[in-house]
Amino acid sequence: MTDAGGDGKHVIEVEGLKTQFGDFVVHEDLDLNVERGEILGVVGGSGTGKSVLMRAIIGLKRPSAGAVRIFGEDYYQASDKDREAIEERWGVLFQGGALFSSLTVAQNVMAPLKEHLNLPEELVRDIAALKISMSGLPEEAGAKYPSELSGGMKKRAGLARALALDPEIVFLDEPTAGLDPIGAAKFDELIVNLKESLGLTVFMVTHDLDTLHATCDRVAVLAEKRVMACGPLEEVRKTDHPWIQEYFSGPRGRAALAHKASEGMS
Amino acid sequence: MTDSAASFDIDVRQGVLKLAPRGDWRARFLGGLDDPLRDFADDSVGRDLVIDMAAVERLDTVGAMMLQRTMHSCTSRTSTSEFLNASEAQAALLKQVESHLDPCHVEPLHGNIVVVLIDRLGRGVADAYFASLEVMSFIGLTLSTAWRVLFNPKKMRWTSTVYHMEEAGLNAMPIVGLMSFLIGAVVAFMGAKILRMFNADIFTVELVGISVLREFGVLLSAILIAGRSGSAFTAQIGSMKIREEIDAMRVLGLDPMEVLVLPRVIALVIMLPILALVASVLGVIGGGLVAAMAMDISPALFVSRFQETIVINHFWAGLIKAPFFAFVIAIIGCFQGMEVEGSAESLGQRTTLSVVQALFLVILIDAFFAMFYLEIDF
Ligand SMILES: Nc1ncnc2c1ncn2[C@@H]1O[C@H](COP(=O)(O)OP(=O)(O)OP(=O)(O)O)[C@@H](O)[C@H]1O
Ligand SMILES: [Mg+2]
Repeated sequence: MTDAGGDGKHVIEVEGLKTQFGDFVVHEDLDLNVERGEILGVVGGSGTGKSVLMRAIIGLKRPSAGAVRIFGEDYYQASDKDREAIEERWGVLFQGGALFSSLTVAQNVMAPLKEHLNLPEELVRDIAALKISMSGLPEEAGAKYPSELSGGMKKRAGLARALALDPEIVFLDEPTAGLDPIGAAKFDELIVNLKESLGLTVFMVTHDLDTLHATCDRVAVLAEKRVMACGPLEEVRKTDHPWIQEYFSGPRGRAALAHKASEGMS
Repeated sequence: MTDSAASFDIDVRQGVLKLAPRGDWRARFLGGLDDPLRDFADDSVGRDLVIDMAAVERLDTVGAMMLQRTMHSCTSRTSTSEFLNASEAQAALLKQVESHLDPCHVEPLHGNIVVVLIDRLGRGVADAYFASLEVMSFIGLTLSTAWRVLFNPKKMRWTSTVYHMEEAGLNAMPIVGLMSFLIGAVVAFMGAKILRMFNADIFTVELVGISVLREFGVLLSAILIAGRSGSAFTAQIGSMKIREEIDAMRVLGLDPMEVLVLPRVIALVIMLPILALVASVLGVIGGGLVAAMAMDISPALFVSRFQETIVINHFWAGLIKAPFFAFVIAIIGCFQGMEVEGSAESLGQRTTLSVVQALFLVILIDAFFAMFYLEIDF
């Protein structure tokens, strides 16, 4: 899926990014590249600015310095038309789901389809049903309002909406938080599947070590306002930084690793 | 970007249907192919079908779904039907969507339109009945909370109360004062014009005094507060309800009646009489000013006539109503906030409802007071 724009390898380039709220600086001089077709996991302690980084990339938090290029284009400088073209090529799952509360789940999924594509109503409905089912929601969830869903179902509905336009990049903010372990594992599988069949690029903020092991090609660690380490999990794990050491070598980190190893052997 | 980027050919070979999609099979190009493909599927139910993927340049989930859908509706399962020449990625995609072809409902089911309308009417009536019961019980709950807090003053939320007194009362003072001033002036103008015909200019003083003190001062304040604070109460409490903050309060052992409702009710009950007082004063001043400018009633004459003819009863008759209005406005505002459910739309509806109901009740109570005063000659 190589469309016009984007120099092939990097679909997202973040350079010297600085973001702040008032005097409070969240990121300073942050660099990060996301390669086409990879799943990048972004980890970091609570409040290190993972969500804010994602918002900066998708055009919701204007950086106070630095550049964000997506498909080789600076979103903040682009014309309205270019922006719309970019918006068609990404899908976003917010940390809280951010479903439109006055629409049913199916209508939520149909909203971007109707906005961006000119398709017959019947087809749009079929597409919505497909995405809802692919996200692992039961059939009857389509007609429900977000307030009638459980936390995990909201996540899935959010994912269905994020995938509505068959985007090239999806941004996922803690997609597996609040899912049961089986559901989370299925979710991981789904993401990897989609990546392979659709050539999807995934930017995923997560705290879930199992997800990290199961899905991510590369991992970026956010700490001290910057990306402290970025690379394949094996390399990042070896980085000599107290937080990284504690993160990967703590009891949960080791458990996830052991699980991965046992899976590899069988 | 044209619609012709995607297409398909059909031919029949040895009794086997062959569908050959070609081009760019991504959602944006497929709008025109949906119906033809459905027709094709309807015409060929139960026949063997092969789909040749060789000429498909690109495929996304929507394209894959449409092909799979066609495949499934045509073929009897045991046949030789298959996808030919699919690349590895395409095969993966086709497989991915295969198990997700069932349609789903988009909206909750609606029945027959007549039934729905009758149902809605019935529900409307029943809802109105139950809502009035609920308002009653909400009033009872507020009063019993107030009673409890009265004996345990430590539970009183002073900070919050004072905040709402400032927000709903003090901050509304300029606009309430201005409106009342202007209404006082308008009443005086009307009086001047009509009373002059009877050579009774001087009665303008009574006209302004009685109408502003008894009705306009307090009514205007109440209407403004209903629009300004009643709606704000609903929106504040309603959005807390949506984000489960109210539930969080309950499980933390905080009583929302105590924390949210009581301070707002008390703040309005204290502030509305003060606002009504200010409004009355400014209304009379407005009337007096017009009397001085448009007629020959000097301020001194206005004041002395005012003192002579307007008994203090008129003032009390107006002011006594203020706490009742305030109570109703605050109760309705909070009650509607508590009734908000789930969606942003419900919040909007409840906010509108809160203002409309509060205004209606204020006018209704005002009418009751008027009849009451008439009976007791107040
Ligand atoms: N709208 C805002 N106004 C002010 N500060 C904010 C705002 N949004 C975020 N912040 C601050 O920016 C920092 C980073 O927040 P962010 O939401 O990105 O954290 P996070 O890494 O996503 O954490 P978590 O893992 O808990 O989701 C935090 O210190 C937060 O207080
Ligand atoms: Mg976050």
